[in-house]
Amino acid sequence: MIELSAKGSNGLLAKRYASEKRFRAYGAIALALTTIFLGFLLYDIISKGWPAFFESHSSLEMKIDPDKVAAGDIANGDFAAIIKQSVREQFPDIESRADKKTLASFISQAAGDELRNMVLANPELIGQTVKVDLLLSADADLYYKGLIETDDKLLLDKFSAKLPVTQSISWRFWTNGDSREPELAGLLGAIKGSLFTVGIAIFIGLPLGVFAAIYLEQFARRNRWTDLIEVNINNLAAVPSIIFGLLGLAMFLNFFGLPRSAPLVGGLVLALLVLPTIIIASRAALRAVPPSIKEAALGVGASKQQAVFHHVLPLALPGILTGTILALARAFGETAPLLMIGMVAFIADVPQSPTDAATVLPVQIYLWSDLPELAFKSKTAAAIIVLIGILMLANALAIYMRRKFERRW
Amino acid sequence: MNRILMTASVLAMIASPAFAARDQIRIVGSSTVYPFTTAVAEAFGKATKMKTPVVESTGTGGGMKLFCAGLGDDKPDFENASRRIKKSEFDDCVKNGVTDIVEIKVGFDGLSIAQSNKGKPFALTKQQVFLALAKMVPDKDGKLIANPNKMWSDVDASLPASKIEVLGPPPTSGTRDSFAELAMGAGAETIPALKAMKEKDAKAFDAVWKTMREDGAYVEAGENDNLIVQKLEANPDAVGVFGYSFLEQNSKALNDIKIDGVGATYETIADGSYKMSRPLFIYAKKQHMEVIPGMKEFIAEYTSDKALGEDGYLAAKGLITLPKDQAAKSVEAAKSLAIISADGLK
Repeated sequence: MIELSAKGSNGLLAKRYASEKRFRAYGAIALALTTIFLGFLLYDIISKGWPAFFESHSSLEMKIDPDKVAAGDIANGDFAAIIKQSVREQFPDIESRADKKTLASFISQAAGDELRNMVLANPELIGQTVKVDLLLSADADLYYKGLIETDDKLLLDKFSAKLPVTQSISWRFWTNGDSREPELAGLLGAIKGSLFTVGIAIFIGLPLGVFAAIYLEQFARRNRWTDLIEVNINNLAAVPSIIFGLLGLAMFLNFFGLPRSAPLVGGLVLALLVLPTIIIASRAALRAVPPSIKEAALGVGASKQQAVFHHVLPLALPGILTGTILALARAFGETAPLLMIGMVAFIADVPQSPTDAATVLPVQIYLWSDLPELAFKSKTAAAIIVLIGILMLANALAIYMRRKFERRW
Repeated sequence: MNRILMTASVLAMIASPAFAARDQIRIVGSSTVYPFTTAVAEAFGKATKMKTPVVESTGTGGGMKLFCAGLGDDKPDFENASRRIKKSEFDDCVKNGVTDIVEIKVGFDGLSIAQSNKGKPFALTKQQVFLALAKMVPDKDGKLIANPNKMWSDVDASLPASKIEVLGPPPTSGTRDSFAELAMGAGAETIPALKAMKEKDAKAFDAVWKTMREDGAYVEAGENDNLIVQKLEANPDAVGVFGYSFLEQNSKALNDIKIDGVGATYETIADGSYKMSRPLFIYAKKQHMEVIPGMKEFIAEYTSDKALGEDGYLAAKGLITLPKDQAAKSVEAAKSLAIISADGLK
């Protein structure tokens, strides 16, 4: 029994105030630390990744030499040589072979391909002098962005003095597949792969999960079997994701013979991965609907199925969707299970269907971070920005849906 | 009824997707060879207008398992390997029907140990590398103790009296694996006490040479070899471990440290006298060549002069290319597509 004398209670009060103050201070410190870490992380990634959204160009008037491009066989014309030749002519004082090679290396391979496409579209250009846009190679690009020091500084300065270098938004980053040339590597393949994969995961995971939840919550009798199933579902939600990859390898690839590296298989594996989470979230949402609503429906003669599908499910839907979106946001960031089914791979072609070989965004980040070229560091950070952006959108959507549809009783 | 039909057809669609025969080359294997094979794959895709091959980075061992699992649409056509195929793997291949394997040596992966040219030059043996960098080293009685060596002169009196500070790749890097195997492992084997241990308990022995010091003598300087080079320039006493191509590109600023008396140069790596290097291979399934389109063209692209030559694009990506006679052999192997036999495999 605490003695509540005037003095005693005053002392106790001061202590409680002090304790509360301390607690608040701890909270504020924790929050500040988290903010600092997060801010540092974001600053680091954005400052590193931002330059990758831009690319360096130059341009030069050059004659499409009919000796190098036959009118009848434009596709096999040596456009790279035309560009190399014209650039060299701009720098007559560069004579050593090594310097000439270095000079040629400032121009991306893509410049020749683009010129080829230009002439293919308009064969009359052969023999004429045209202004050609020159995409610069990644190393030159990094130098002009002020990101690296290099031994070729003198040559690079000479180059930009003669042929002005401009920076523009890199649409290639959004429209190209993967490439081993950093200036050409893009995210479209990975983004499409991610959409196919996560799309299939929703298509399969959502109905399966919701129906399982409805059955368990509304129809199944509670007995030892349903308890066992419930425990197992809760356990599965905490199983490391690589296990699902092994399962996918054994079941979908080896047993069903589905193709390796395909988003179809990735989607199936991720559907299994998110299934427990969807079931748990859906059951919680179904349970939150007051029983009175179902009972009223049953009372006026609705069948159990009608009561569930006409009244309970619509009211639980916002909660189910929120849980599903969060589960899918997790699926979006998974790499480990995809390793086992061959989606950690260099895939240059942009996938056209869920059975084409493809990779996904987080895997692309992992693969780029591992490459020796300096320019891929910045590409990696840029891809992380895109991934974080998509996850933020998904979470914002979840919050919006909750706010809009949520009902309280 | 309609609904049931629809549900059934949707389920059927999911359960039995129809697949056409594969028209895309599939490659698995070593992450060391990955940067080179992907470059060839891309060039091949552009030049032939065929689908760009899919190159998975699974590691040599994991890739061999997939490669040797058998013939067919769902099995890979090529394997990237940072070592020769093992006898056991070859046997596994043959057992599963993969009897005709073409081997093509594509180049070398060299590891160099170097310091800034402002530092005092010295040379090392592999044993000294091990004694300087392993977490546990044997004492005079052969008992394992925590590494007591602080200065290079503690390791061997002939070495300079400067602090041991080695900048190298982190455990996630393949370069680290090769360094551990080629320098640390080979160095450990030269110590009698550890050699005895290897015969008795191979696992414990592996743990000894695979575990690097964590007291600051070995600094994990990140995956980026360029970063290590920069740090070496700033700190003349430090020593760095990185791929040979970086030493070559920074030859003005860096001094190579000779290992067992041999320096890392293009020639010593290519002829095998510099021991901290390993050959890189690709393996192809000859039995797939009639079925999967483009395999021969892919091999031709890989061994073409513009890829594999001294000035080729693979050299630009950092591959140590083969010396002329070996390159000629590889080109020959690519033309004749001669298959390998179990003889000479380990």
